[in-house]
Amino acid sequence: MADDPFVLGGTTFSSRLIMGTGGAPSLEVLERALVASGTELTTVAMRRVDASAHGSVLSVLDKLGIRVLPNTAGCFTAGEAVLTARLAREALETDLVKLEVIADERTLLPDPIELLDAAETLVDDGFTVLPYTNDDPVLARKLEDVGCAAIMPLGSPIGSGLGIRNPHNFQLIVEHARVPVILDAGAGTASDAALAMELGCAGVMLASAVTRAQEPVLMADAMRHAVEAGRLAHRAGRIPRRHFAEASSPAEGMAHLDPERPAF
Amino acid sequence: MSSTSTSDVLVVGGGIIGLVTAWRAAQRGFATSVVDPEPGGGAAQVAAGMLAAVTELHYGEQTLLALNLESARRYPDFVAELTGATGRDLGYRRCGTLAVALDADDRAHLRELHALQQRSGLASEWLSGRECRRLEPMLAPGVRGGLRVDADHQIDPRRLVGALMTACERAGVVFHRQWAERLTVVRERAAGVTTADGTGLAAGQVVLAAGSLSGRLGGLPREVLPPVRPVKGQVLRLTVPKRYAPFLSRTVRAVVRGSQVYLVPRESGELVVGATSEELGWDTTVTAGGVYELLRDAHELVPGITELPLTETRAGLRPGSPDNAPLLGPAQLDGLLLATGHYRNGVLLTPVTGDVMAHALTTGELPDEARPFTPRRFTAAELTEQPA
Repeated sequence: MADDPFVLGGTTFSSRLIMGTGGAPSLEVLERALVASGTELTTVAMRRVDASAHGSVLSVLDKLGIRVLPNTAGCFTAGEAVLTARLAREALETDLVKLEVIADERTLLPDPIELLDAAETLVDDGFTVLPYTNDDPVLARKLEDVGCAAIMPLGSPIGSGLGIRNPHNFQLIVEHARVPVILDAGAGTASDAALAMELGCAGVMLASAVTRAQEPVLMADAMRHAVEAGRLAHRAGRIPRRHFAEASSPAEGMAHLDPERPAF
Repeated sequence: MSSTSTSDVLVVGGGIIGLVTAWRAAQRGFATSVVDPEPGGGAAQVAAGMLAAVTELHYGEQTLLALNLESARRYPDFVAELTGATGRDLGYRRCGTLAVALDADDRAHLRELHALQQRSGLASEWLSGRECRRLEPMLAPGVRGGLRVDADHQIDPRRLVGALMTACERAGVVFHRQWAERLTVVRERAAGVTTADGTGLAAGQVVLAAGSLSGRLGGLPREVLPPVRPVKGQVLRLTVPKRYAPFLSRTVRAVVRGSQVYLVPRESGELVVGATSEELGWDTTVTAGGVYELLRDAHELVPGITELPLTETRAGLRPGSPDNAPLLGPAQLDGLLLATGHYRNGVLLTPVTGDVMAHALTTGELPDEARPFTPRRFTAAELTEQPA
């Protein structure tokens, strides 16, 4: 939307939906889902693709004109993540990196200490760092302080589809952040994406909710609408919650419906 | 350049798909050649050989399911015929498959698969964890439930490819042990190939069956280039010592925290554990991470595997197509046919591919069961997506 630009790392996007490619049943379905989502930025695990291979995920993104956001999925230490990010920059000629440093395979939760360490190193090295983080407002502030270009808190664990488990923390993060806050991980269906946007997130990042849906293309379309609807609702400003009812059509000033006597 | 050899049908690629095509073509009376530096190699040397039409059912792949089921149905006769022609045992084992879940999440996933199988009219039976472990006592105590699929069998792909070599030789197929470098096109018609040493091989019809390398043959017009990519799979082979036999009596598989692992026990005592799925170009290195993940997941499923000798680690390349289904039959160039892009199902689809290709070579048409798999489904889409 022209009056509501989404700026990330110096680039303006018209879509606020960032997609991932993991879990797609086939390249053909992935391609159709990406088109349906309207995304302009899609993340790819650098440890799981070869940037020089043709006919694979990167070729699909290239064909659709979608920017690649390399990520460091599968890294457990700051050292691995920094190395993976540098290899990605070399292979894809982009400073953007979605930084993931995972604590364990069971939960796939971020390791906050390694994450902060890697973020600091990569920012110093000239990267535009988008860190995948816990929904911890203090950690979010520290990541921003070391120079991250966005904050990407999880709503719930990767692939869990449990939505945003702590909306209050999201509110706290959004209120204090001067960089875009993007929901990363946990969205299971369209209402989760809409909620993130209503809470003031600048964007939503998701993969499994679409790629593992029974009909990925339909779900991608749903997510596109959900992100747009949530953003509009956020800008419009919701009505205050009330304890009791308030009639939406009060009796005073009601239209006069007698056909014989015009009301005005 | 001079033509040193002429045949009716020239098959580029001597993997299982190329060999079954050549064998069937020779049976129909075509003078047939195969060009491949190492016929009988390729993905069949790595593949586990699960014939898993039912357990590998995915949303949105119902068209492919029909072809998979058709090929599974033809398997017994195919095996009998090939064994009769060669005197070789193919390791075809009608043992069925047990797909199990290790936690509540995986159980929910398997429940969904069961529902999809039932909606698709496929036979599978839901078992409790206890029932699973009665069938396969080596399974971990944590098994929470499973699906018994009695129609998903297995074959030993190495024996299969070896027997196809013999069958081809006996049927008079000529082998050119060289790289096919370029397709020869004469008056807008495929007329043969040129090999790496410059030899010309002329043919009435050319079948491109080069697996993941199918898009790499030189001289292919752009609109004919098959959209096939390599998808790496690492596979382990363990051996079950006699004192532990049978250890497992059917194929056992699971999704462990989202990644697939299977254990395929052969009568010979070989136990195949697979497979990773990686998009890394033509790389076929075996990595520590690949072996670790397979053993980690297999160990969670069947803890006793730690006692077995690890006899082989290997990586192969699946020929992946955009919709995971094969490309079969006449291409957009006269005289050229494709038999490639079989992805995860090459071994399963071997019998039906041989029949379909023989039919296409003879009549120029695809039989009904193979019509959805024409290579033209991609070229048509690609052409409409060209920017103006």
